[in-house]
Amino acid sequence: MALILSVLEQGMIYGILALGVYITYKILDFPDLTVDGSFPFGAAVTVRLISLGVPAVMTLPVAFLGGALVGICTGLIHVKLKVRDLLSGIIMMTGLYTINLWIAGTGYVPIFNKSTIFDNSVVNAVCPAALSRFKTVIIIFVITMVAKYLLDWYMNTKSGFLLRAVGDNDVIVTSLGVDKGLVKIVGLSIANGLVALSGCIFAQQQRSFEISSGTGAVVIGLASVIIGTSLFKKVTFLRVTSSVLIGSILYKACVALAMFAGIDANAIKLITAVLFLIILVISMDRKGKKVC
Amino acid sequence: MLELKGIYKNYNPGSVNELCLFKDFNFTVQDGEFVSVVGSNGSGKTSMLNIICGSIDVDAGQILVNGEDILHQKDFIRQRRIGRVYQDPSKGTCPSMTILENMSLADNKGKPYNLGRGVNKQRVEEYRDMLRPLNLGLEDKMGVQVGSLSGGQRQALALLMATMNPIDFLILDEHTAALDPKTAEIIMELTDLVVREKKVTTIMVTHNLRYAVEYGSRLIMMHEGNVILDKAGEEKTHVDTEQIMGIFNKISVECGN
Repeated sequence: MALILSVLEQGMIYGILALGVYITYKILDFPDLTVDGSFPFGAAVTVRLISLGVPAVMTLPVAFLGGALVGICTGLIHVKLKVRDLLSGIIMMTGLYTINLWIAGTGYVPIFNKSTIFDNSVVNAVCPAALSRFKTVIIIFVITMVAKYLLDWYMNTKSGFLLRAVGDNDVIVTSLGVDKGLVKIVGLSIANGLVALSGCIFAQQQRSFEISSGTGAVVIGLASVIIGTSLFKKVTFLRVTSSVLIGSILYKACVALAMFAGIDANAIKLITAVLFLIILVISMDRKGKKVC
Repeated sequence: MLELKGIYKNYNPGSVNELCLFKDFNFTVQDGEFVSVVGSNGSGKTSMLNIICGSIDVDAGQILVNGEDILHQKDFIRQRRIGRVYQDPSKGTCPSMTILENMSLADNKGKPYNLGRGVNKQRVEEYRDMLRPLNLGLEDKMGVQVGSLSGGQRQALALLMATMNPIDFLILDEHTAALDPKTAEIIMELTDLVVREKKVTTIMVTHNLRYAVEYGSRLIMMHEGNVILDKAGEEKTHVDTEQIMGIFNKISVECGN
């Protein structure tokens, strides 16, 4: 039971990250490695705010906006300074490592005794004792659904249409009299906002910040997106965002199974990489090969 | 009125591949003209369109629209009053979006792309009415992704999308070249219809000499960055394909082709 709960919790937290990766990788066709930095960035901002005594619920919008700012930086490097997409992400990821350390103070910051979105006076008062072990998963579910529906809504606005168009065929965006660079920057900022939000929730669920938590985040996101989009390609009633979220949960389940089977915890990144490779090969996604 | 004045354009300056395409190139298009442009590969036809649209920069010169120099304007700003259809049918539409979404996107050109709903349900019938005269059955496929349509269907849609809003110029860049002869014919007739109906100033680059002769109010031939033939109005009605072909062959021989 605890294992299932943990898979659901982590699956949905990383699902928000996967929604961000979905925007850059699938919609914008932009292999954005900033994610490895913006995920712990969200976490760093969160532990810092919580340590300062800011109400936990405030960390969600602040982390999102912070991540959006990071995405804007990546976009400006790529669009205005004309640095290649992959390199823009690497530059940001590398720079953010130091910035994250500055924000958090050190490489490891526990917040065990502080109130979080899962553990504060309001939640504890509202939540009946019988449900207390499901408290975390319920709260994560609610936040994930809000993020998903907001993204679905955005994708159907005029601005969202442009975002979809720019990855599809950027020539047409220019034809419509719109600066395609600006659209890319908007897309990157929403994507990294979601990633940082995911990092924010992750830090509160783990009750700590760890500088290395970002390593491989982009791979987890990509794996989730590819599982979700290729597995549910033919299921028309599911929106892509839902597919991506389910993909993320399935991915976390795979990793949990591998751990359950007795594989060394230190091998987790290797498992991640091998799993990602297997998924890529099975799905035979042409875009996926380009990233590698 | 569109004027290109004293345009200079060098490709790969400073290298062994340096190519001087335009040297003091001048060209004027009057309002309401439908100009067909022919010429061999490398004669500067597409470069001229790209220069007008801002897709490539020039080394020197002026581009005047009704007397106003637009050379400093970015490509996307210039294209707010230009409709462009490309040779590649996939360039004028978004393959992963539906016909309805594509048309809604084009319909919003010139207005802000804000957080309003992407598809205006009240306009759906109007879009259907625009698609019906194409006789391609697209009006019943509003929810179909454009990527699954044929090249001809996409190009018809691209043409419709490019001319949906009031524009000053329509730029057609060999827009029938990638289509089979029958579809090309349909698209060409459709083009003529749209141009007449909207009375929009049009520049059409084509390799099809017959189209250049049959359609449009003015015909120019380009060669090595110069206009070597310019027939408009009454004069153009006397031009026939054989004659153009003759000139074409002559310059080709000169080039050693």
